Amino acid sequence: MTESHGLASVASADTPRPVSPGRSRGDQAFRIGAHGGGVTVLAIMTLVGLFLAIRGAEAIDTAGGSFLTTQDWEPNSGRFGIAAVLFGTLAIAAIAICVALPLALGTATYISEYAPEAIRRALIGIVDLMAAIPSVVYGLWGMFWLEGSILPVAQWISTYFGWIPIFAVPDFDPTDPLATPTVFTASAFLAGLVVAMMVAPIAASIMREVFAQAPEGEREGALALGASRWGMIRSVVYPFGVGGIVGGTMLGLGRALGETIAVYLVISPVFVIQPHILHSGTNSISSLIALKYGEASAFELSALMAAGLVLFAITMLVNFGAGIIIQRSRSGSAS
Amino acid sequence: MTPRTVDSIPTTGLSPVDADGSVPADGERRHRRAVLPGRFTRTHVVGDDGLIETPGGPDVPRTVSRLHREDVLRLVGAMVAAVATTAVLFTQVLPLNGALAFALVAYVLFLGFYTVLISFDADRVTIMDRTAGVVIHSAAGVLLAALIVVIVFTVARGAVAFRHSNFWVEDLSFAGPLDPLTMGGMAHAALGTLIMIAFALAISIPLGVLCAVFLAEFPSPFARIVRTVVEAMTALPSIVCGLFIYATYVLIFGFDKSAFAASLAITIMILPIIVRSADVVLRLVPATLKEAALATGASHWRTVWHVVLPTARSGLMTAVILGTARGIGETSPVLLTAGYTTFVNLNPFSGPMVSLPFATFTLVKSPEPTQIARGFGAAAVLMVLVFVLFALARLLGGTGGGVLSSGAWARAKAASARDAARFRRKRRLARAAALNRGAQVSRREQRP
Repeated sequence: MTESHGLASVASADTPRPVSPGRSRGDQAFRIGAHGGGVTVLAIMTLVGLFLAIRGAEAIDTAGGSFLTTQDWEPNSGRFGIAAVLFGTLAIAAIAICVALPLALGTATYISEYAPEAIRRALIGIVDLMAAIPSVVYGLWGMFWLEGSILPVAQWISTYFGWIPIFAVPDFDPTDPLATPTVFTASAFLAGLVVAMMVAPIAASIMREVFAQAPEGEREGALALGASRWGMIRSVVYPFGVGGIVGGTMLGLGRALGETIAVYLVISPVFVIQPHILHSGTNSISSLIALKYGEASAFELSALMAAGLVLFAITMLVNFGAGIIIQRSRSGSAS
Repeated sequence: MTPRTVDSIPTTGLSPVDADGSVPADGERRHRRAVLPGRFTRTHVVGDDGLIETPGGPDVPRTVSRLHREDVLRLVGAMVAAVATTAVLFTQVLPLNGALAFALVAYVLFLGFYTVLISFDADRVTIMDRTAGVVIHSAAGVLLAALIVVIVFTVARGAVAFRHSNFWVEDLSFAGPLDPLTMGGMAHAALGTLIMIAFALAISIPLGVLCAVFLAEFPSPFARIVRTVVEAMTALPSIVCGLFIYATYVLIFGFDKSAFAASLAITIMILPIIVRSADVVLRLVPATLKEAALATGASHWRTVWHVVLPTARSGLMTAVILGTARGIGETSPVLLTAGYTTFVNLNPFSGPMVSLPFATFTLVKSPEPTQIARGFGAAAVLMVLVFVLFALARLLGGTGGGVLSSGAWARAKAASARDAARFRRKRRLARAAALNRGAQVSRREQRP
C-alpha cells in the first residue's frame, strides 16, 4: 500500500512541467516588425514585376508572335517588335564578353598568382574601384576618346578580315581613297568595347576571390611534381576556380545586357538587324527605352515595358544561372 | 596549431585589488575577474582532451617568382625588336595609322619575338610558362591602363571647367551654351544628387536592413521566397526601374516629374542590392555569439540589437555605401523621372531637379565645347564623390565581424568599465541598505 503510494507520487513528480517560454512583448513586436519588413520588400518587388508583366503582356498580346520577329518600332501603327534591338543587345553583350573575359581572367590570375605581395592589396582595391565607376563616365570615355582611337583599327579589321561575314562593311571600299571612315563610327563594336571595360572589373573581382581560395596543398603538390608556374595555374587554380570564372563572366554578362547610358552615348540607333558589327548603327533594348519613353503614348509605353520585360527575363536567367554555377562549383561550396 | 593546456591561460589581470584601488575587507571570492575590463573578450572552449585549440593562421602561399637577368634581357630585346619592326611596317608597308593600332601590332609582334627568343634555350614547358606569364601580365596591364586613361581623361577634360570657382557655387540658369566657363556652374546638379540619394537612402536603409534581419533571423519557406524574389530583382535593368516609376508615379498618379520620383526609382534599384549584401553579412555572424547572448537570458530582440547588428556593423556599412555609390552614379532611373533643369530647385516634391550624372549626360550631347566641358566637370566631380564613398566602404569594411578596431576596442573597454562600476555601486548600496536595515532593527529593538 505504502509502496504503491510511493510509486504514484514519484510518477506524479516526474510529469514534465510545461516550459514553453512564450515570447515577451518586445520579441513579439520585433517578430512582427521584421516580418513586416520582409513582406513590404516582397510586396514592392512583386508589384514592380507584376505591373511590368501585365502592362507588357498587353503589348505582346496585340503584337502576337511578330513581337519577336519584327524589326521596326512603330507601336501606334501596330508594327513593332524587338528583333532588331534584341539582336543589338545580344551582339553588344557578346562583343563585351569576348573582350572582357580574357582581360578579366588575366587580371585575376595576375593579382592572385603573379603580383608581388606589396602591391596585391592595392591592386584588389583598384579593380573593385573600377567596378564602381559610374557608367556615364565610361560613356564619355567611349564617346570622346575611344571612338577616335578605334577608327583605324576597325578600318584595318574590315579591310583585311572582311571575308569573315561579321567583320565585313559593305559600304566601305578600301581601294577607294575617298571612302570615308565615318561608316565605322558608333558601331556595335565600339559599344561592346565600352561595355567590356565596365564589366571586366566585375568579373575580375569575382574570379580573383575564387582563385585566392585554391588550396595551398594542391598548389605545392603541383610545384613539387615539377610543374612550372603556368602548369600549376592550369592544372590546379583554373580547375578549382572554374565555377568562379563562369559565374563571374555571367554576372558581367548580366550587367552588360542591362547597360543603358554608356551604350546610348556611343551608338547611333537604327531599327534594323545590323549583322556587320563594325558598321555604324546598332541598338539595344535599354537605349530604346531611353530614346522612346519621352513622347510615348500609353500603348507605346506598354510596348516599351514588354521590351523591358524581355530584357529583365534574360538578365534574370543569366544571373540565376551564374548563382547556381558559383554555388555548385567546388570553390563556391567552400566559401 | 599549438594546443595549450588549460593552466596556461594568462592569469595576469587577476588580483584581489579592486579597480578603484581599495582592498576589499570581506573575504569575497575574487577569482577570475579581470581588472582590465575587456581583456577576456574571446572565449576559448576546452576540448574533450582538456586542451585548448588556438587556431593557427591560414596557409600562406609562398613566393615562387625568381627573376633572372636573361628574362629581363629577353623581354627588353623582344620589346625593342617589336617596336622597331612595327615602326617599319607602319611607315613603309602597311596602310595604317593611329596609336592604338600601332600598340596592337607591336604587341602581337612582341609576343612572337619573345617566344622565339625563349625557344633558343628552353623546352616547350618553359616556353609555355613564360609566354603565359607575359600574356597574363599584359592583360592586367591593359585593364589598369584603361582605368588610368578613363580617370585621367575625365579629370583632365573636366578640369577646364571645375578649376573656376564659380563651377562649384553657381547654377546654369544665367549661363547659356555660348557663355564662357567663368559663368555658371553645377551647384544645382550637386545639390540634386544629394537630395535624391538622401531620400532614396532614407527609404532603403531601414527597409533593406529590416528585410535582411528578417531573412537572416527568421528562416522559413516564406523567407526563402522573399530571398529568391529579391535576388531576381537585382537583375532588374536600371532603366526599367525608371520606366516603372515614370509609368506609375508620373503618368498614372499624375504627379510631376520630381526629385522624389527619381528617389523612388533609385530606391527600387538599390533596395535589392542592399538587402542581398546585408543578408550575406548578417548570415556570417557566428552562431556561437547569438547562442551566448540567448543563453545569458537576452530576448531575441535584444540579441539582434546588441549582438548581431553591432557585430555585422562594418559589413552593413559596406553594403549601404556600395548601394549608395551605385545609386549616385546611375543615370537611367533619373533620366526618366527627374526632368532636366538649369536652376537650383530645393523642393524635392515638385518641379524638375537634375543630378550630376544626368547633367553630364545632357550637357555632353550639346555641340558647344563649353557645355561639353561643363559635362566633363560634372562627371569628374561625380567620380570623385564615388571614390570617396568607395574609400569609406573599404575603410569600414576592412575589419571582419568580431575583429575590433582600436577605437571600438577602447569603446568596448569603457563600456565594460562602466558596467563594472555600476555593479560595484549597486553592491555598495545594497550593503549600505543592509547595514541601515540592521541599524533600524537594532534601534527598534532598543526603543521599547
